[in-house]
Amino acid sequence: MAGNIVPSSLARNNLRVQRPPRHSAVVRLTHWVHAVAFVALVLSGVGILLAHPRMYWGETGTVGVASLFDLPLPFVLDLPLRGPGRYLHFLSAWVCLFSGLLYVVWGLYRQHFRKNILPKRANLRLGPIVNVVWNHLRFKRPTDDEANVYNILQQFSYLAVVFVLMPFMFITGLAMSPAITSVFPVLVTMLGGHQSARTLHFLAASSLVIFLLVHVGMVILAGFTKRVRAMITGYSSRAAKELS
Amino acid sequence: MSIEIPRRKILRAGLASVAGASGLAAAAKIADRYGLLAPDHGGIFGAGEVLTYGAQRLLMFHHSMAREFNRAQISKVTRINHRYPDDDDSLRLLKGDFADWRLRVDGLVSHPTFFSLDEIKRMPLRSQITMLACEEGWSYIAEWTGVSLSYLMNLVGADPKAKWVVFYPLDDFWGSIDMAEALHPQTLLAYRMNGEDLTDLIPAYGAPLRLRIPRQLGYKNLKYLVRISVVESLRIVGDGNGSAAPDIGYSWYAGI
Repeated sequence: MAGNIVPSSLARNNLRVQRPPRHSAVVRLTHWVHAVAFVALVLSGVGILLAHPRMYWGETGTVGVASLFDLPLPFVLDLPLRGPGRYLHFLSAWVCLFSGLLYVVWGLYRQHFRKNILPKRANLRLGPIVNVVWNHLRFKRPTDDEANVYNILQQFSYLAVVFVLMPFMFITGLAMSPAITSVFPVLVTMLGGHQSARTLHFLAASSLVIFLLVHVGMVILAGFTKRVRAMITGYSSRAAKELS
Repeated sequence: MSIEIPRRKILRAGLASVAGASGLAAAAKIADRYGLLAPDHGGIFGAGEVLTYGAQRLLMFHHSMAREFNRAQISKVTRINHRYPDDDDSLRLLKGDFADWRLRVDGLVSHPTFFSLDEIKRMPLRSQITMLACEEGWSYIAEWTGVSLSYLMNLVGADPKAKWVVFYPLDDFWGSIDMAEALHPQTLLAYRMNGEDLTDLIPAYGAPLRLRIPRQLGYKNLKYLVRISVVESLRIVGDGNGSAAPDIGYSWYAGI
């Protein structure tokens, strides 16, 4: 125990020779809050979906009406988890909203998006893009330096998740609320109706699940321990913390 | 010195959490006074309910109207669930065409009254084409006809200070709504769907009288009503959660 305290207090006094963290505290915090809330949203969402795993377009739809597509899933109506699942779904949505707002407002204020997530003009040319795609296609593990910045594919997918898919989840979710649409009917009419909103909510959620699977796959490819450690402590290793 | 900083930090964090907790308690009290606190605000999911109900109540302060549709949009398929109860009393009422059925209205009202179905049908009627969306995922549009609950509330002289209106059906699936929702013009006691009396349809559509509350999901649209009670607090009704829904895991508020 005592042996551990001395080096860390020494490190605290030597703040000047420390590198800035790979991920700032706000990014780390909101990342993990989102991770937990998103898993809760997906699990409870599947529980809700199983009551009627069939999608329609327009305002109405039910058994006996032509569907847009039927999911290869059983109708599970007597699952006692659906009610609590709904409670969990809306609580997690609030958590997502607050942590998402914190992340976006902080990211705009500290120019996180401009500096790290918006693609640099130099990287938007065909050559560098093909290079990054080719590295991904042959599952090449990035070097530590490469892993220290977001590549162009990461930047595009993070922009899509933060500024397109997540807001769209909230819009399509709120569009299914009869109370909310009594105040903002345009939310649901612009999407084509109540059932269209439900279908789009499902499709956007599926896209986010695919993003999550690819994201975790890429973390494993890039070195699971180092990358997860960087997202928890800010640094991929002790050595990465100190300037050499 | 390196020890004093964390101590100061802990003190500050402690003060902040005390201030936060008392702030939260004060906020809850204020929210309760202005009818912004859902009855099922306790428990692990309570925070979500408080936020959802409070936020939507604030958004709907001006009696926003649920979407209404045109006649061409009325659905051909109208799904039903939650069957008509099969106890002896309910079956006897059904067999007698609900001639013996009465709606009891009591609680914080000047004139507690029993109404027959004919008396309710003689009240000013309101028809509206609205959507019924079930929490399961399906939805249909139909025209419902009935009397505005606000008319009935005026008729019996409901205490304007009372906050909640409780509904009891023939079975155990009772529920309640807040006074703002009860006085909303689209909140109907419906006895007719698509031009046919509920007593002439399959009873599972809600015969003889059901609540139609188009700003909330299907399960809030209670069927087979026999009693309406105006109350000051829901804490003394049932187990205090405001409806039977939270007992089987569903939120009291269904505006989602």
